[in-house]
Amino acid sequence: MYDTSKIVIGIIVFLAVFTIPFWYSQVSGDADEMPEIVIAPEAGDQCVEDVDYMRAKHMDLLNTWRNDVVRGADREYESDAYPGVIYDKSLTDTCLGQCHTNKSEFCDQCHTYVNVEPGCWECHNIVGE
Amino acid sequence: MEVTRREFIKLAGLASAGAVVTASSGALLTGCSPLVGMEDESLNDTNMGMITIPSRCEEGCTGCIDACNKMHNVPKHDNKDHEIKWIWETEFPHAFTEYMENEILKERMEHVPFLVMCNHCSNPACVRVCPTQATFRRKDGMVLMDYHRCIGCRFCVAACPYGARSFNFKDPKKGLEDPVPNPNFPTRTKGVVEKCNFCSERDIHGSELPYCVEACANKKGGVEASALIFGDLDNPEFKERIEKIQKDEKLIPLRRKEIAGTQPKVYYLV
Repeated sequence: MYDTSKIVIGIIVFLAVFTIPFWYSQVSGDADEMPEIVIAPEAGDQCVEDVDYMRAKHMDLLNTWRNDVVRGADREYESDAYPGVIYDKSLTDTCLGQCHTNKSEFCDQCHTYVNVEPGCWECHNIVGE
Repeated sequence: MEVTRREFIKLAGLASAGAVVTASSGALLTGCSPLVGMEDESLNDTNMGMITIPSRCEEGCTGCIDACNKMHNVPKHDNKDHEIKWIWETEFPHAFTEYMENEILKERMEHVPFLVMCNHCSNPACVRVCPTQATFRRKDGMVLMDYHRCIGCRFCVAACPYGARSFNFKDPKKGLEDPVPNPNFPTRTKGVVEKCNFCSERDIHGSELPYCVEACANKKGGVEASALIFGDLDNPEFKERIEKIQKDEKLIPLRRKEIAGTQPKVYYLV
């Protein structure tokens, strides 16, 4: 093989650049500090569903709520985790209004950490803060 | 049959390319249709519509318009090109252009004010043209919007014969005070279309009325005297009520631009 050294260096540089998303935050230390989620005192003991589900799937739940309300005028949500408990399907009133009155400490911290920018609050108003 | 090495590789390549294309297009298609199977089962088959009686309107009164604008966070921009309108007042010639060749009518009606809004048509042109199903006709006869899905293409604005749709050229929050007048109702965002929603966020099939109707009824001292009447056009009781008004006050029902074939559901008793 001709120019082995050049080719090998080229491949290494390419791989380094190509995998930036996987190692940059480790090297820069941005990922070291896990955000501390603050639960507002209004929140009580339980969310709409159990904590693990909410942590992983809250955006799916909100999406379902959105379609139900906008297309089916169906505003009542019965919790799977807590049968019999009925919630109003509303981000502003139920999530932010009744429990998570501290959006900047609760929602924003985590979203910033994982580098996502949900567009919810371009339209839905923030109450409580 | 003998297959050469070259032919075998060619065939294998083709087969795998075909498999990838089929699999990915299948995934794409299912990914594109999240609304399949989304039925509005919780709704009854009704046909919600509005009856307006212009002769009952008081001169200078904007109660209905103000109530709607406030409760739906409708922004007010200085530039008229950026205007957002849900319900507004216009003069007869603008609402009923087709009658303007009628000289006698023209003279008599030239400056008579009329309230106009989305007609929640039974055959809505806007719904037909919307490429994302952001605007749709619900089982209860209301033509609504899912602002989340609107991509701002403005096909609906062009299709609507009534000019009932407004496009947010600017961030609506710039035309509203801070905090917004009604924090429980979302604002819209720059780049989406909006219009009257017949107060779909309220319990309009139950105990509540649209805000404009409520404001008018409150001002007039009861729904019976209101210039705006809202209800299920297929409901016999409602029909009877409207027929009685027509008979008592000697009025006939007009609809805007019937020739467009959209079957509007806002009636004007004149």
